[in-house]
Amino acid sequence: MFGDLSLVSLIVSLMIASTPILFAATGELVVEKAGVLNLGVEGMMLIGAISGFAVAVSTGNPIVGFLGAAAGGAIAALIFGVLTQYLLSNQVATGLALTLFGTGVSALMGQPYNGLKPPPSPRLDIPVLSDLPVVGPILFSHDIMLYVSLLLVAAVWYFLYRTRGGLILRAVGEDHNAAHSLGYNVILIRLGAIAFGGACAGVGGAYLSLIRVPQWTQDMTAGVGWIALAIVVFASWKPYRVILGAYLFGGVTVLQLNLQALGVNISAAYLSMTPFIVTIVVLVIMSANRRKTSLNAPAMLGRIFHASH
Amino acid sequence: MLRLERRRQSSRIMFWTTPLIAVALTLIIGGILFAILGVNPFAAMKIIFLDPFFHETYGPYSRTQFLVKAVPLILIATGLSVGFRAGIWNIGAEGQFVMGAIAGAAVGLALYPAEGWWVLPLMAIVGALGGFLWAMIPAILKIKFNANEILVSLMLVYVSYNFLAAMVTGPLKNPDGFGFPDSRNFTDVEATTLPLLYEPLGLYTSGVVALIIVIAAYILMEKHLLGFQVKVTGQSPRAAKFSGVKPALIIAMCLGLSGALAGLAGLFEVTGPAGKLTTNFPVGYGFTAIIVAFLGRLHPIGIIIAGLLMALTYIGGELAQLVLNLPAPAIQVFQGIMLFSILAVEVFINYRLVWKKEAV
Amino acid sequence: MKFKTSLAAAAALALGLAGAASAQTKVGFIYVGPVGDLGWSYEHDQGRLAVEEHFGDAVETTYVESVPEGADAERVLTQMALGGADIIFTTSFGYMDPTINVAEKFPNVMFEHATGYKRADNVSTYSARFYEGRHVIGLIAGEMTETNTIGYIASFPIPEVVRGINAAYLAAKSVNPDVEFKVVWVYTWFDPGKEADAANALIEQGADVIMQHTDSPAAMTIAEEKGIYAFGQASDMMQFGPNARLSSIIDNWAPYYIERVQAVIDGTWESTDTWDGIGPGMVEIGEFSDKIPADVAARAQAAADAIAAGTLHPFTGPINKQDGTPWLAAGEVADDGTLATMDFYVEGIVGELPQ
Repeated sequence: MFGDLSLVSLIVSLMIASTPILFAATGELVVEKAGVLNLGVEGMMLIGAISGFAVAVSTGNPIVGFLGAAAGGAIAALIFGVLTQYLLSNQVATGLALTLFGTGVSALMGQPYNGLKPPPSPRLDIPVLSDLPVVGPILFSHDIMLYVSLLLVAAVWYFLYRTRGGLILRAVGEDHNAAHSLGYNVILIRLGAIAFGGACAGVGGAYLSLIRVPQWTQDMTAGVGWIALAIVVFASWKPYRVILGAYLFGGVTVLQLNLQALGVNISAAYLSMTPFIVTIVVLVIMSANRRKTSLNAPAMLGRIFHASH
Repeated sequence: MLRLERRRQSSRIMFWTTPLIAVALTLIIGGILFAILGVNPFAAMKIIFLDPFFHETYGPYSRTQFLVKAVPLILIATGLSVGFRAGIWNIGAEGQFVMGAIAGAAVGLALYPAEGWWVLPLMAIVGALGGFLWAMIPAILKIKFNANEILVSLMLVYVSYNFLAAMVTGPLKNPDGFGFPDSRNFTDVEATTLPLLYEPLGLYTSGVVALIIVIAAYILMEKHLLGFQVKVTGQSPRAAKFSGVKPALIIAMCLGLSGALAGLAGLFEVTGPAGKLTTNFPVGYGFTAIIVAFLGRLHPIGIIIAGLLMALTYIGGELAQLVLNLPAPAIQVFQGIMLFSILAVEVFINYRLVWKKEAV
Repeated sequence: MKFKTSLAAAAALALGLAGAASAQTKVGFIYVGPVGDLGWSYEHDQGRLAVEEHFGDAVETTYVESVPEGADAERVLTQMALGGADIIFTTSFGYMDPTINVAEKFPNVMFEHATGYKRADNVSTYSARFYEGRHVIGLIAGEMTETNTIGYIASFPIPEVVRGINAAYLAAKSVNPDVEFKVVWVYTWFDPGKEADAANALIEQGADVIMQHTDSPAAMTIAEEKGIYAFGQASDMMQFGPNARLSSIIDNWAPYYIERVQAVIDGTWESTDTWDGIGPGMVEIGEFSDKIPADVAARAQAAADAIAAGTLHPFTGPINKQDGTPWLAAGEVADDGTLATMDFYVEGIVGELPQ
């Protein structure tokens, strides 16, 4: 039945389709590990998408563009950071307000950039390796940023579980009062995590505007930020499982479109639901297996910290 | 250095003055925004905040629109607030809103063109049931399989959008609608029209129902054992377990209640202001209601005020677009600024700024 | 919505329909998307700008963008009418009932609803015969494809979209009997990421020409990147695919908008039902790319001219429905009623139309 379906090209497309989610979800994972829930991912992605696009177009350099996207996302995130960390505002409401704000700001910023083309991003091209069948297209022929996203996950894993800084960050997320009494500056650590999360979301947005679609269009993320939030939960706050979640979701999305193009006889409306349903089903299977164990959610997630002494 | 110090008790003065500070901040920062966009800030503020009430041309009509916009937000936010207090994160009220609307609408369409007083109440019950059952999916998956409700409820929003598209281009499509993606218009038949009780305020039956539900929710939370258990669960799930609270019951109750209210709001929307199911009749009330719930500090009265305030910014924002030709994104930025301002100053109710010498 | 029509009526009457005395003609527009979508709403706004340009100080235009269909639209329309608009263009199908409701309350304001079917004394409807444009680009696609596979990104299974697929398929088939259409339904009008994925999926399935009935230029940028062909939709989209773009179907609302505003100024406005195509210029075929061989371009141009002249109808029999039952006999031309409600594929298209 899948005679015409090329597994290789399917894998290649799913990796591209999943990368914006992967960036944003990895950033949000670090934020949540520090005990902060930032629901403003969609807004930060949009700000990143336009900042990255604008910088790339004006410098002609896509890599500088991605740096601009990271800066844009981080600045947006710091609005959230200052409000929630210094002024102790409610994280859920502030995050949602950030999404409103970011959606609007990106649209205003983007007006001069409608209809422009971004400079092409560099791709990996290793003689011999990139030309290998199967392995070549899947492993050695992507744009640079796709590799960056995978390295980012590895780096975040290493940081969280193999460094002292990561230990402290997790401690802050598990028990901010204890971390504080040990002398750690909970607020600064969290601000750092929030800025990092914003930068990652921004880069994810720019991956959309500079590579996956390449163009700027208002509201172009169309809900990807929300999916990224869900993927963090799906991953039960474990970095490598973010890759699994993002690729699963992206994979089913791409697969269902391919099945339609193949002419499979399932109503398109129901096929369109499959990425969401499959994600739920896989989550249920994974959650049920470790029923008795903890869910890995950071204990202080979303809770306000105020040092009383 | 400047730092915050917790007050011994909440400041009553600040309780009343923080909203004023928030307004001042909104006016200043929002004013700067409008000035950057080349619009007279004073004119913009007057249009957004005052003209919907007092403008001689727009006011009389705009006044009828607050409740139209605020009631669904209040209804959904009230349900969500109960769950949020228990630490149960229903992020998918939007999906329950859609499924409630579809379920109730399906009954109305099956009975079309039935006459009788019982049609609308039946649709409302089925609508609430539709939202309830949709919310039971995350509830059961959480109870039975430990699956996180944030993910499940959020993913189900997108499933519901696709289901809606399938319904309005399929089984629930208006047979006389030339193939366009919408259902019959419910307000063409009296039995399926949400009654408008008081025109000058745009008060539909849904407004009265919302008020009753807000009061009921208040009683539930403040006077009933279940409300106490909800709050204990939210503050300390372990303590709740020791005091005999059944977590499964709380999960099912919180998700079910918020789902049912969102479903009811959805049904009210299609039988009243929206008139029919279309692919895009849901305008994000389910998500905005999350803001309303927290802006209202999860308190019934607060939610009513927050719902009306959000409604005001939508209606005033539309007027600003119309009169000043401001782009829609400028209004979103302004709403964001207003929310930031309100959220930023709340802290001074329970904390005060003090000047302290370096502690260490 | 008879039962709430009196809501604003009182206010409207009390004010004696404000603004009626103004010398300037006030023209309102409401858009379902942002004007920056570079597709549907963008082209309507181009029409608005053309009105401003044409009439200068004699008119004042105003618009509200991203207005959800339903209750919000009804409120915005009422406020526009209260604000003294003389004529209001409501530019999305879902504004139909709100337009009718508000028009009932403001008998002296003229309304123009795009793509709907409900009219009143002060409500006209207008739409474009995009399927005429689909015929022309279908001819080009059929000749240009080397894999004999044309990919089609479709939004929702509604008559407008189905008609476009059928028209393009019949035209492509007429010049290339081996041609095959692969249709992907994305169930959204606007989602650049998903549209890009759909384009990729179609390319993977062998498509080397892409058509779309969604609003963003995402598919065009993908076609450019992958070195295949595509057509601009709603706007020209040249800048997104200088090599990929073969031609485009451009929604050109300007002539109609100018004509209708002029009618209001002259006091000659009447309720009408307009369904215009290439002839009157509502559907414009974008410049042919030099990638198209001269003879193919000439044939496509001839078809466009014949359609404009009324000597060619894209749906001329013999045509069977997908299940093989006859639809049009030889030489028979489809009537507008059937076209407006088209809910079937024509014979030869593979795959099931979602119902």
